Amino acid sequence: MLLIPCPWCGPREENEFTYGGEADIVRPVEPDSLTDSEWANYLFMRKNPRGLHHEQWVHTFGCRQWFNVQRDTVTYQITATDNLR
Amino acid sequence: MTSHHHRLSHGGRIDRDKPLKFTFNGTSLQGFHGDTLASALLANGVRVVARSLKYHRPRGVVGAGSEESNAMVKIGLGAGASPNQMATQVSLYNELDAYSLNCWPSPNFDIGAIIGVFSRFMPPGFYYKTFMWPQNAWRIYEGVIKRASGYGTAPEAPDPDRYDQINAHVDVLVIGGGPAGLSAALEAGRAGARVLIADEQNEMGGSLLSDRGLANGALATDWLKASLSELDAMDEVTVLKHATAFGYYDHNFLGIAESVSDHLLSDSNTVPRQRLWRIRANHVILATGAIERPLVFPNNDRPGVMLASAVSTYINRYAVNPAIKAVVFTNNDNAYQSALDLHRIGVHVSAVIDVRPKPIGKLAEQVRGLGITVLEGHVVVDVKGGKSVNGVTVMPLDRSGNAVVGKSHRLDCDLVAISGGWNPTVHLHCQSGGTLRYDPGTSSFIPDSVMQAMQNAGSCKGSFTLEQCLMDGRLAGAKAAREIGLRLDTSSGNNATVQSPPQEPVTPMWLVPSPKPLGLGPKQFVDLQTDTTAADIAIAVREGYESIEHIKRYTTCGMGTDQGKLGNVNAIGILANLKGTDPETIGATTYRPMYTPVPFGTVAGRSIGSLFDPVRKTSIHQWHEESGALFENVGQWKRPWYYPRPTESMQDAVYRECMATRTGVSLLDASTLGKIEIKGPDATTMLNMIYTNAWSKLEIGRCRYGLMLGEDGMLLDDGVTARLGEYHYLMHTTTGGAATVMAWLERWLQTEWRDLEVYLTSTTDHWTTISINGPDSRRVVGKLSNDIDFSNEAFPFMSIRHGTVAGVPARVFRVSFVGELSYEINVSSNHGRRIWEAVIEAGIEYGITPLGTEAMHVLRAEKGYIIVGQDTDGSVTPNDLGMDWIVSKRKKDFLGKRSLYRSDILRQDRKQMVGLLTDDPHVVLPEGGQIVDNTSAAIPVPMVGHVTSSYMSPFLKRSIALALIKGGHSIIGEKVYIPLENGKTVSAMIVDRVFYDREGARQDE
Repeated sequence: MLLIPCPWCGPREENEFTYGGEADIVRPVEPDSLTDSEWANYLFMRKNPRGLHHEQWVHTFGCRQWFNVQRDTVTYQITATDNLR
Repeated sequence: MTSHHHRLSHGGRIDRDKPLKFTFNGTSLQGFHGDTLASALLANGVRVVARSLKYHRPRGVVGAGSEESNAMVKIGLGAGASPNQMATQVSLYNELDAYSLNCWPSPNFDIGAIIGVFSRFMPPGFYYKTFMWPQNAWRIYEGVIKRASGYGTAPEAPDPDRYDQINAHVDVLVIGGGPAGLSAALEAGRAGARVLIADEQNEMGGSLLSDRGLANGALATDWLKASLSELDAMDEVTVLKHATAFGYYDHNFLGIAESVSDHLLSDSNTVPRQRLWRIRANHVILATGAIERPLVFPNNDRPGVMLASAVSTYINRYAVNPAIKAVVFTNNDNAYQSALDLHRIGVHVSAVIDVRPKPIGKLAEQVRGLGITVLEGHVVVDVKGGKSVNGVTVMPLDRSGNAVVGKSHRLDCDLVAISGGWNPTVHLHCQSGGTLRYDPGTSSFIPDSVMQAMQNAGSCKGSFTLEQCLMDGRLAGAKAAREIGLRLDTSSGNNATVQSPPQEPVTPMWLVPSPKPLGLGPKQFVDLQTDTTAADIAIAVREGYESIEHIKRYTTCGMGTDQGKLGNVNAIGILANLKGTDPETIGATTYRPMYTPVPFGTVAGRSIGSLFDPVRKTSIHQWHEESGALFENVGQWKRPWYYPRPTESMQDAVYRECMATRTGVSLLDASTLGKIEIKGPDATTMLNMIYTNAWSKLEIGRCRYGLMLGEDGMLLDDGVTARLGEYHYLMHTTTGGAATVMAWLERWLQTEWRDLEVYLTSTTDHWTTISINGPDSRRVVGKLSNDIDFSNEAFPFMSIRHGTVAGVPARVFRVSFVGELSYEINVSSNHGRRIWEAVIEAGIEYGITPLGTEAMHVLRAEKGYIIVGQDTDGSVTPNDLGMDWIVSKRKKDFLGKRSLYRSDILRQDRKQMVGLLTDDPHVVLPEGGQIVDNTSAAIPVPMVGHVTSSYMSPFLKRSIALALIKGGHSIIGEKVYIPLENGKTVSAMIVDRVFYDREGARQDE
């Protein structure tokens, strides 16, 4: 179980949080102008890197705030967080 | 069974003033406080403790700790019984009842042993190969096989014991209370660190408890005593015995199972049986020790073949005399200590059989000096005796050391102490993400890189001498303290200094050479618990298995409850030899939690029964109970299912509740519907993005039904949202979807739409919602309010009014889920029950009837209304539901819009929502029933859809169903078939899914 540093509440156990997948996926401004495969890229395709990963978490059983985390998918080390403000 | 021969008159750590009575397979025996079940059995001369899993061979105690793979027992009978316990890990207590595993009627006479006779016909993969035909027969065979073999049986009644859980946060967590662990804890503790040190044994000390060596010029046990009292005096140090660290997880999170009262016979339920420690540590020091490696030779499983270190432990720690005549069989210096221990207590040591041509270590010299024969360059090629060893056959090795040569001869003995070297206990290290490397110096796998803030200390990292262990521990403790920013106090301390004699290196011997070809002589066991032999590994290789992970699964080597603590490294070595490579290349198998078995009860803790999950009840719940309602679980909510009168069946009650709604008036507790207050200048913008339809033109005081999609275009939730003000809405969600929807909205607002100013508040629990349905509902609500005009003109369908109901401020919605004239009264939950009763009072003259969820479901199905999660399953779009009327064509964007014209979503043969009418109106289809359109097609018949909702409709006096059918919208009127489990097939016609009041006149009037 990870120990996740919530930018608002401090380090808390993973089971207080919900994982939100890869961060920094921007919703297309004009979805209608996209081809099926461009839209599918936005919907389904994720990087799944071995190493540093930028991901979203929400402190579901805490402050309910979403934030970004930089985590190494090999060592699970969390090296940075961003409170999105 | 004479006990006095096997128990030494003095010495050991047992308390001879505290005798304990226990039974083994019903026979009364005696032991002492401080005994384990294994030591007590040995002290009573019990040799055969269990039968083996596959061949039912008699087995005795082989080890003295958590590596034990033979002496598996069941403790107790009935609900509180614990199957699969290692006799070596069970502390003896008064009136303990232990039973053998895998044998009937007794371990000495076992019917299943007949299997062993046919064992030559049971190669690895035997079950797979033999029982694959005919195709469907496996499940029959499986039942028989499982009964014939298997481990202990789990109790069937609920566990009567109590289990606790506790969280702890520490600076330094030390696993293992041997010399390295204690040194580390002392050093970190002296620096002021908060330390927790845990050991799986019944007392701290590890190898010191069975070691007669010296530390700091005093007996090891004296140093142990001094160290423990020093730790005891430190306020920030916790010492946990009987506590097994079973798992090492992410970010230095570890699980420890502590036996609190397993070893006490107590009927009182005030003390938990076990306690689960959930520990988060800044720094972890693993001092988990090492496990002696057996040697693999013919009949090496006979009762009386025991690890050399275990022999020393039974002598020195438990004062057990395990034999009359013994031999020691080794490839290293260590086992000579066991020869010395045996000799000291008067056991005749027939010989030390050493595979090495010229052992010259200090211990070997000592043994020779006592006149004990050392057979150099010899090996054991057979063990004689069935239920107990009575001799061994030995042969010399040739010059290469890889084969036997010359004449064999027999040595009489009733004990064979074996040692094939040592395996560091690296399980937790590996679980933490650390890697291993093969160390040719010790012929073992030792820790290489570490992944987390942790260190290994002592023999678990290959430092096998006491001197190294003590030094390792001190260095690790000091480093841990430094890393967490503490200053070391170097002046104090009862530091042990000890010089261990230099040792000659071990000569690796994975498979002892034998005069017979592999597989033709007596069995050479690699894994005792799963009965895997060296020949089995050879067969697996011959059949093409290469990876150790595949061989493990094919042969089951290492897949017992002991996870191959004794056998795994030998298996790797044997595989390396067979493939002409080295153990480094083969690599080790994956170690996973649990290190030793943990009872389910310990993991569950108090989260069982009513504490497993919260129960949510509405403010009217007690009234429902008093009125005889039966309840249905909807998420965590308890909802009234139906309200049977004394003689009514469920069908009768549902019939009555439905008819009252259609012809009179009923009331429903709808408080569980999710409610989210939405405020802020951008609330409308958000709703336009969240829902498929348009919200900009919704007038204040009006409501609108909306569908919410995921970005993939699939239905997420639905419900009615009302506009309460310019910047104020109240959103209703489904009962089960409330939390999901709240999180969904928050997510978009916080991440993507941070420029929108919108505030969300969940108010589900704050309001009690009473839904009054039926043609008489207007007359009932009219009696309850003076300030709301309920006429159709003043209060049309899909609108909301504020006012007073029964003297209480209320929001009243005119919405309907059952297709009748309906009003939903929302009042503060504090008034919930009173208003509910006021509604009933007002409705008595109209025969007002409480409506449960079952009748509500029938009524909504008559209307063709869907329930998200019952009629949809995450793969259903608005088009599939025939609800494209609610999808705005004009809005530029909303969540999921683009997905609605992906090519896959536009397919005409997607499953679409339709109604079904069975040809026989009395037949109610099973929900989930599979639909086919051709009953004469070859099996497997292509499935074209499934039934999602199905009921007997009291009002329509026939059965109705909703279904998702491929291309259903374009084949209205066609016939389909639903094959039932009983072999019959029901035919039905596809119809429009609205069965009642298609025009909606009833709810609009």
